[in-house]
Amino acid sequence: MSTARQSTTRTIAAHGVLILYTLIALFPVFVIVVNSFKSRRAIFADPLALPTAETFDLIGYRTVLQQGDFLLYFQNSMMVTVGSLFFVLLFGAMAAFALSEYRFRGNSLMGLYLALGIMIPIRLGTVAILQMMVASGLVNTLTALILVYTAQGLPLAVFILSEFMRSVSDDLKNAGRIDGLSEYTIFFRLVLPLVRPAMATVAVFTMIPIWNDLWFPLILAPSEETKTITLGSQVFIGQFVTNWNAVLAALGLAIVPVLVLYLIFSRQLIRGITAGAVK
Amino acid sequence: MAQRKSFRWHIAVFLAPAVLVYTAIMIVPLIGTLNLSLFNLDEGNRIFVGLRNFATLFGDPRWSGAFWNALANNAWFFLIHMLVQNPVGVMLAALLSSPRLRMAAFYRTAIFIPTILSFVIVGFVWKLILSPIWGIAPGMLDAVGLKSLFAPWLGREGTALTTLALISVWQFVGIPMMLIYAALLSIPDEVIEAAEMDGVTGWSQFWKIKLPLILPSIGIISILTFVGNFNAFDLIYVSQGALAGPNFSTDILGTFLYRTFFGFQLQLGDPHMGATIATAMFGIILVGVCLYLFTIQTRLRRYQF
Repeated sequence: MSTARQSTTRTIAAHGVLILYTLIALFPVFVIVVNSFKSRRAIFADPLALPTAETFDLIGYRTVLQQGDFLLYFQNSMMVTVGSLFFVLLFGAMAAFALSEYRFRGNSLMGLYLALGIMIPIRLGTVAILQMMVASGLVNTLTALILVYTAQGLPLAVFILSEFMRSVSDDLKNAGRIDGLSEYTIFFRLVLPLVRPAMATVAVFTMIPIWNDLWFPLILAPSEETKTITLGSQVFIGQFVTNWNAVLAALGLAIVPVLVLYLIFSRQLIRGITAGAVK
Repeated sequence: MAQRKSFRWHIAVFLAPAVLVYTAIMIVPLIGTLNLSLFNLDEGNRIFVGLRNFATLFGDPRWSGAFWNALANNAWFFLIHMLVQNPVGVMLAALLSSPRLRMAAFYRTAIFIPTILSFVIVGFVWKLILSPIWGIAPGMLDAVGLKSLFAPWLGREGTALTTLALISVWQFVGIPMMLIYAALLSIPDEVIEAAEMDGVTGWSQFWKIKLPLILPSIGIISILTFVGNFNAFDLIYVSQGALAGPNFSTDILGTFLYRTFFGFQLQLGDPHMGATIATAMFGIILVGVCLYLFTIQTRLRRYQF
């Protein structure tokens, strides 16, 4: 009886803390989305009110859609993000497996070499990267961005994945070997499915900085055809800084796609975490 | 005599793609930068000056004031992340992973949302909220009778850096939360059940059973936070500009590097001093990471389930 009451209190306290933090996390997003649907006067008069029939106004979105090619920007961002993510996960998992599974000369040296990239921002090498891309004719292509982001994402992916792969039971892999599976089959069939939660985690962490990056799109692919959505909205905000309707609408449009992408992905993430957990 | 093992090709095949891409796009350009820090211009010619650029950076009054200021600010920025972001992340993850908690998926999804937003959005929206002109923050404080507490936090030298650090904590708390959550879920039920059989529940279960098991994850998070903070740039740039105002009070190594490398206002960009700062940042981060890898990580116990 008393334990039941105690656990009820604890549950309520847990919900209280989580709800409070959820409100803190979502409040700014709420402010942007709500105000982007209001007229200019209503934005200033009462920023926290929901749009009513009187204050509802789509002027901001109309300006944005007339001025910027947001659909194209969105496509570019999607291609760059998905492309880089694929290569980071595939190459990263392969390298992590090699490092965590086999003993060979130079193993820890190779691990350290690959981990170096976590510490140094790839931005420090921007000038040389730009020269390289100019020389190979890749400037203003999405390929250049995918290459750079793959290199940028690999170190962290290898680091986290090898950390997780170490906890995959050796008995399982050895059982596979005794059954005559090749090392490639062991990797793709046995180990990869077991580290799915880690893969999902790495995917989320790799995806975010790529989607949100401003630096490399600006330097390597600033042309109209290759602009990503972050660069597009930054340029737009710079031009329309006093037009609050347009700025809020642009921010709203920049939030929605990544939000949808994340909501789709997060279901995958949850499934990965719960189904993949090795027990 | 043992037979010599044949070369294991699969290891090379597993490693090759990652190593090739990484070396060509990341390491080679970085070496170019480190190399650049050893040169400087003398009457228009590029000459080798050895470590003299570093002597200038650490000792010459024109450079050293800005450098030590940026370093101290960066250390404070990191300290706030360690003291606020990581404990809050662990706490949220611990609450989320409590058994039979309803709506856990909803909370987890919602709390992670700030992390997926770009710096452009985060910087701009917090400027709007904290702005004395538009004034959502003063209005809200007024509603609870605390209007006197409001100040233009982002505009004051004493509070701007702390405010930005807390904004950054707000944005990134989802990362420690997710990693710790995954670690907590991977603790086998048997371990928890055994603890419950022995009467270890609630708080003491968390401190005595779960925390030791998730320590490696907390270690990874700390080192990621360290590296991320000492590379930080975007949030300060978006909300305070390259000058890191007011009066350089929010200047960190990233913004200092950017100003030096690309120039600002009337000062021309200086690739050699920029490369010197980049190399110094590299050194700081390298020392921190090595300290972690060789003193802390080797002492952590790992458990195979």
